[in-house]
Amino acid sequence: MGYKCCLQDLGLIDYRQAYLLQRQAIGHLKDTGIQSIFLCEHPVVITLGRMARKENLLVSEEHLKVKGVDLIHVNRGGDITLHAPGQLVIYPIFNLTYYGKDLHKYLHKLEQTIIDLLGYFDIVADRIYGKTGVWIRDAKIASIGIGVKHWISFHGVALNVDIDISLFFMIKPCGMEVRMTAMNKLMSSGVDKQDIKEKLISCFEREFDLNYI
Amino acid sequence: MEHELKLPELGEGIEKAIVACWHVKEGDEVNQGDEIVEVVTDKASFGVPCPCSGILKKIMVHEGGEIRVGGVLANIGAGESII
Repeated sequence: MGYKCCLQDLGLIDYRQAYLLQRQAIGHLKDTGIQSIFLCEHPVVITLGRMARKENLLVSEEHLKVKGVDLIHVNRGGDITLHAPGQLVIYPIFNLTYYGKDLHKYLHKLEQTIIDLLGYFDIVADRIYGKTGVWIRDAKIASIGIGVKHWISFHGVALNVDIDISLFFMIKPCGMEVRMTAMNKLMSSGVDKQDIKEKLISCFEREFDLNYI
Repeated sequence: MEHELKLPELGEGIEKAIVACWHVKEGDEVNQGDEIVEVVTDKASFGVPCPCSGILKKIMVHEGGEIRVGGVLANIGAGESII
């Protein structure tokens, strides 16, 4: 039967605007029990999670201003990350009481959803113990950072599809010495974003027992 | 009467967290259910709700400090208010 879930593809949207939509969806979930998933891309923005350290920003804030890159402190776990066009950002607004009220189990399920998605495209992805996210050997393809209020999740997952990887040189992603990769680097056939989204939606449906309405 | 704000269970195998951010300070009025402090475990930030309305008397674990599940984050003077 599944948990009812609304799905919205927001296209290219400002980070703060997407955050406001998440807050509205949290209220909607509290009132109706209906979960939401937002899919989107953001203009170039750097976000700092609750555990972020300043030294993980590798360029000056003046440089960011000149480049028109926003720097935003956000209420999610994790360190620093970057969003840009070509990166599919997924914001599940889920009631974690449906999934056992277990933060690490939820992170694990998010990882699994992305691993399963990549499997559709013959990309073998995996976890690395102690480094939450999705990896292709030693290169990171998806980052995860969530916030939870009253056991409702927000923020989520950022999957590199055909993002300009050189942008990550502005930061030390997630505070680690890590090489980033993207789906287009691993697929000789090129990326079809609509196909990726459709398969992603299907993976979420399966992993989280969703009933899209 | 004093109430303790404790770190609740966060999931199987999760024994501790780091205090990331207090949203109030000692002496502030707090309301039952308000998430007055965030803790972080792995890539998750979790808002801990206040167990009662009153005054935040004493923060026991400050930002950056580690707290075990069941540990006391703060003491709250239940039913008190600022005149």
